[in-house]
Amino acid sequence: MLLHQLAHEQRTFWRSREAAIFIFIFPLLLYTLLGSVYSDEIEINGISVPSADILLAGLFGYGAANTAFGGLAIILVGRREVGILKRLRSTPLPPVTYIAAVLSSTLLIFALQAIALVLLGRFVFDASAPANWLGFVGAVVLGVACFAGLGVGAASLIRSAEGVSAVVNVVLLPMAFLSGSFGPREDYPGVLAAIADVLPLTYFLDIVNGVYLDGESLFADPKALGVVIAWGAAGLVIALTRFSWMPRER
Amino acid sequence: MTTAIVANDLHKSYDGVEALRGVSFEVQAGEVFGLLGPNGAGKTTTVEILEGYRTRDSGEVTVLGHDPAAAPRALRERIGVVLQQSEFTPHLTVREVHRLFAGYYEHPRDVDEVVQLVGLEEKRDARVKTLSGGQKRRLDLGVALVGDPDLVFLDEPTTGFDPAARRTAWDLIRTLRSLGKTILLTTHYLDEAQQLADRVAVIQAGRIVSLGTPAELIGTAHKAEIRFEMNGEPVVVQTEDPTLTLHELTSEALANGRRLEHLEVRRPSLEDVYLDLVGGEENAE
Ligand SMILES: Nc1ncnc2c1ncn2[C@@H]1O[C@H](COP(=O)(O)OP(=O)(O)OP(=O)(O)O)[C@@H](O)[C@H]1O
Ligand SMILES: [Mg+2]
Repeated sequence: MLLHQLAHEQRTFWRSREAAIFIFIFPLLLYTLLGSVYSDEIEINGISVPSADILLAGLFGYGAANTAFGGLAIILVGRREVGILKRLRSTPLPPVTYIAAVLSSTLLIFALQAIALVLLGRFVFDASAPANWLGFVGAVVLGVACFAGLGVGAASLIRSAEGVSAVVNVVLLPMAFLSGSFGPREDYPGVLAAIADVLPLTYFLDIVNGVYLDGESLFADPKALGVVIAWGAAGLVIALTRFSWMPRER
Repeated sequence: MTTAIVANDLHKSYDGVEALRGVSFEVQAGEVFGLLGPNGAGKTTTVEILEGYRTRDSGEVTVLGHDPAAAPRALRERIGVVLQQSEFTPHLTVREVHRLFAGYYEHPRDVDEVVQLVGLEEKRDARVKTLSGGQKRRLDLGVALVGDPDLVFLDEPTTGFDPAARRTAWDLIRTLRSLGKTILLTTHYLDEAQQLADRVAVIQAGRIVSLGTPAELIGTAHKAEIRFEMNGEPVVVQTEDPTLTLHELTSEALANGRRLEHLEVRRPSLEDVYLDLVGGEENAE
């Protein structure tokens, strides 16, 4: 039944053009644009790094947040408000199976996106291959886990289907910008840097940079890992206390 | 005959608004039971408590031997639900939606058979977003039937149907009945309740104000009316025994050489009974 639902989730995702473009194509598009704009090397803390690498890591982070946080929040709120979730509740499909299928589907989509980013980087922008492959795969899972937690949490708080993509983008784009997804953030003024210092994406990008560029283990920076997990867990706690299958009453 | 649904003294308030004030009824297995009432009477609240979507404040409920508040999987295997409002993923086809839901059940019906049963075979491969409102409603019905349920809940199943589609839906509900399904349906339409339901409960402001077969509801306490015009004046005579009264009236008119213009005998319709029941309670809140 999990596979049945997963197949359905995939079919629905790829058939719905807006979702497929916004979730899957958009980060790849941004990578192409930014990769063409930035010069070959970027200076970070006095060290010169290929911009294609920095951007690949940055858009990997943005992609994780976009797919798992943005995508899940939009899907779940949309389905809840038109009564799809409610309808499922009276069928024998166990809620846990449903959630598991939705999460696996998200993971699958982001894994494909990560592969596409790496291929695009390798063959178009001459970016490096991940230095630690295992860690890189781990980062895919970690990113989806953290941002899926936040996505479900957000879905529990957002009350209307009309508002959800606005809310998601108002959160997502500034977060990605501040965390350095779209380019180095070393020169940001103090206030912005201070905000960036609490965002999950900032720490997730530190981890991604570690495994992707420096070949570090996923667990090399316990503080960063801790912050990322804490954010995911916070989202999960909100979801567990506030999530509803029923549409908001008109 | 076994009892499919027992509701006993159900109460439910939504912050201050008393939606149900002691609703009790039983539905026998194989029966079509109609809940008839105006907007806001408490039909959806009652049905959704039975479906397990809403919690009751007090009262007892048993659906196919289970308490729906716990919504055990064994119960969900055996019920089919048409919600008053719901949609499906717009990008799937009619057949795909049916197949999706069929996958949730242990013993589903054949998907194509169900698509045909609800009259959507021509739309089998059409995307949900291209369906008309009435066709979407039929899709709802098909999805409710695909698990081959014993008990089907239909919350206003024909609202938004054109007259022909309504007839088709009625035939379908009769077919379900002949298959031995138990059906609980809500409706605003008297003719629908009269046509389909073995028994009807009229619900008004959270109370059941009348319960019985359509014939019983019409029969209770209501007289026939004889109307005619004499010398241009309308006359209305109410009577328990229309045959006798009519005989007396016509003999007298014949004897006096007068005519009873526009003579008609009216049995009260369910509508009269209903408006009587519902209208009388309107200001009682
Ligand atoms: N979720 C809710 N929150 C607050 N009040 C509610 C809620 N659901 C129903 N009510 C109120 O409870 C009463 C009964 O509503 P219900 O939806 O059960 O009526 P209904 O008979 O199904 O009406 P309709 O024919 O319009 O569908 C109404 O006064 C309604 O406003
Ligand atoms: Mg209703």
